[in-house]
Amino acid sequence: MYFGLSEEQSFFQDNVKKYLEEHATIDNIKHITSGDKKNLSTEIHQGLLNLGINGLLIPEEFGGLGLDLLFAAVVSEALGGGAGPTPFIAPYVMAPTAIKHAGSKTQQENYLSKITSNENRFGVGFSEFIGKRNDAGITFSDNTLNGRAMFVLDANDATHLLLADEKGQIFVVDAKSADLEIVKLTTVDKTRQYTEVICKNLEAELLEHSSDSINPINQAIDAGRIMLAADSLGASQTMIDKAVDYAKERKQFGRAIGSFQAVKHMCAEMAADLEPCYALVWHAAHCHDHSPDEARLMACHAKAHVSEMSKGIAKKAIEVHGGMGFTDLLGLHYWFKRIGLNRQILGSPELVREEAYKTQV
Amino acid sequence: MDLEYGPEYQDFSKEVESFCKKYKGLSFKDGSNNPLGSSGGPGGPQMSRSEWQKTLIENGYFARSVPKEYGGYGGEADILKSRIIAAEFSKSNTPGAMGGQGIDMLVPTLLEMGTEEQKQAYIKPTLHGEMIWCQGYSEPNAGSDLASLQTKGELVGDEWVINGQKIWTSTAQYSQMCFCLVRTEPDAPKHAGISYLLIPMDSSGIEIRPLVDMTLKAGFNEVFFTDVKIPAGNIVGKRGEGWAVANATLGHERGSLAPPDATMNRVNMLMHLMKEETLDGKPLIEHPIYRDRLMQIQGKVLAQQSHALRLLSAKLNPGADVKLGKMIQKLTGTELRHELEGLAIDVMGEIGTLYEDSPHLKNDGTWQFIYMYFLGLIIGGGTSQIQKNIIAERGLGMPKEPKVEGA
Repeated sequence: MYFGLSEEQSFFQDNVKKYLEEHATIDNIKHITSGDKKNLSTEIHQGLLNLGINGLLIPEEFGGLGLDLLFAAVVSEALGGGAGPTPFIAPYVMAPTAIKHAGSKTQQENYLSKITSNENRFGVGFSEFIGKRNDAGITFSDNTLNGRAMFVLDANDATHLLLADEKGQIFVVDAKSADLEIVKLTTVDKTRQYTEVICKNLEAELLEHSSDSINPINQAIDAGRIMLAADSLGASQTMIDKAVDYAKERKQFGRAIGSFQAVKHMCAEMAADLEPCYALVWHAAHCHDHSPDEARLMACHAKAHVSEMSKGIAKKAIEVHGGMGFTDLLGLHYWFKRIGLNRQILGSPELVREEAYKTQV
Repeated sequence: MDLEYGPEYQDFSKEVESFCKKYKGLSFKDGSNNPLGSSGGPGGPQMSRSEWQKTLIENGYFARSVPKEYGGYGGEADILKSRIIAAEFSKSNTPGAMGGQGIDMLVPTLLEMGTEEQKQAYIKPTLHGEMIWCQGYSEPNAGSDLASLQTKGELVGDEWVINGQKIWTSTAQYSQMCFCLVRTEPDAPKHAGISYLLIPMDSSGIEIRPLVDMTLKAGFNEVFFTDVKIPAGNIVGKRGEGWAVANATLGHERGSLAPPDATMNRVNMLMHLMKEETLDGKPLIEHPIYRDRLMQIQGKVLAQQSHALRLLSAKLNPGADVKLGKMIQKLTGTELRHELEGLAIDVMGEIGTLYEDSPHLKNDGTWQFIYMYFLGLIIGGGTSQIQKNIIAERGLGMPKEPKVEGA
């Protein structure tokens, strides 16, 4: 019995962390998010591709490493920790998972190996299957898609998109098609891309098995939710570390503010809230591959619980920094906002807890 | 990640399962006299509490790693087997071994720091349930600041003479013995002046007054010592080393107050209750707000269960850094259990306030009782605020509060 990360997983995570520490510095994140050095984001993405983040989940027969979701979770945690300004969850976790479970043999051959070779990059728009806001939604008939998909992840530099209708059918579309319009959505989190996609008689290819059952799309969403939980886990840890360091250094009334119980108890609460989240995220990722009966329940609870804990941590960590925490200067807000997005994307806590309940009825 | 226990353990599970079947419905002839163990149902086999302790030890289901010469099973410590035993006993509702402060805290302390004579004299009868212990730590003026305790011990000839008062002493009224922190070196700095003494509770000069708590049960006592005389040899460790001896056992207590598996059992029980009980003709579980609150708690408990697996794994596979992970257990475990019991009261509304033997009481009134009882556990064994100090200072390396002169 061993509950924890393998040496390979820790080693890979360390590499991602080191890379981000060097290249995704606060200054660079500021450049990227303010839009004045766009190529920096591409460079960082390329650097991570060089480490191999695109092939983790792709089966070996399609040139990937065929690893467990836990491997992707530790990468996602590192990206959250470094506020990594790069696509990951949609192209390298959700898309491969969806294609693996919903694609015919031919579709798997067509798409999966090209993810490994970096010829194909997928954005993913499944929001309407999870919870349709206002008049958003996509319909499929005569091999074409019409309608709007909101909060499509990582669509900007994608070659293809995976879009879903309300029934959970998944479609592959050409991201560069003239029948598709990509509208940038400006959220508070500028370290990642969110878009709206409008389809007008857009040619689409149905992933064959996605019309048989909703299992494939749920698999992809569960994987995505575990990644978002891991991202918030990493982001929260960074915020705690920064708050603790600051509280040890900053002096008021002649002593380090961290020696005041009002401050140190906030730090202890943050640590106590976050520590069990590691095990929950690892466990959920493990169940995704090895314990199908519990997989959905664990993914939903990981997403909801880590979102709740992270929300509190994000607030407290800013408060420990006092006025400085509120400034743009320290850049603490990048993690605050990333946690804010992770909470709502692919189902807010209330929505996913309801899904968690439904798995038990 | 590998959550399988392996084939050896599957066989062991079956073995324990059939043992439990054999003793299904066990009840105790002396059950009412012993507050420390769970009692069984009517109709099954009967034996005395002590006989049951011995049966469990013989089979290796209790005191597994305690050497035979001291009354234990004399096997290797096996964390997974301990877990399997606990799980199978709980599943089949077979009464487990007795707990209590003697077994949970004194025995490990004696094994680590006791003299050969002490081990011979105390461990066996304690394991057999024939010698019950209480813990004499807290005093009216030494709660969170335990090391400021003032109960005095003076060595006169070959006897300790003890004077003072202890409080929050669970089970003192049933106990034969007390392991007690006493100030024996009044001139030494406060942590260095304490000794760990073993006091027979039938010594003359001991007075026990039950202390009724908010649950209306007398779970605690005040214990008064007036010129109580015990042999000089009834000391664990050396004079002035009592603080270190006590800390070894306090660490043990903090981990075991609110195991997440037990909390999850209560979550499941609450879910069952919410399917049975109705509000405006609709089961409580069908009310979205109550349901969401239940799911929130379920998520928290799942996180703690996963966390417990991580800590278990760290015991089996040394090298993982779980120092912080262990420190948070007492705080998070007791707070969560209290929150869960409180949720059950909320979903029942007015019905949730019923207590004792009221009509319409649900689940024997356990929700209210445990809701209050856990407030005691949140405060006892190091309050939540003290836990946060420990997490911040020892776990996160944050600076201590400046010392106040003379404290």
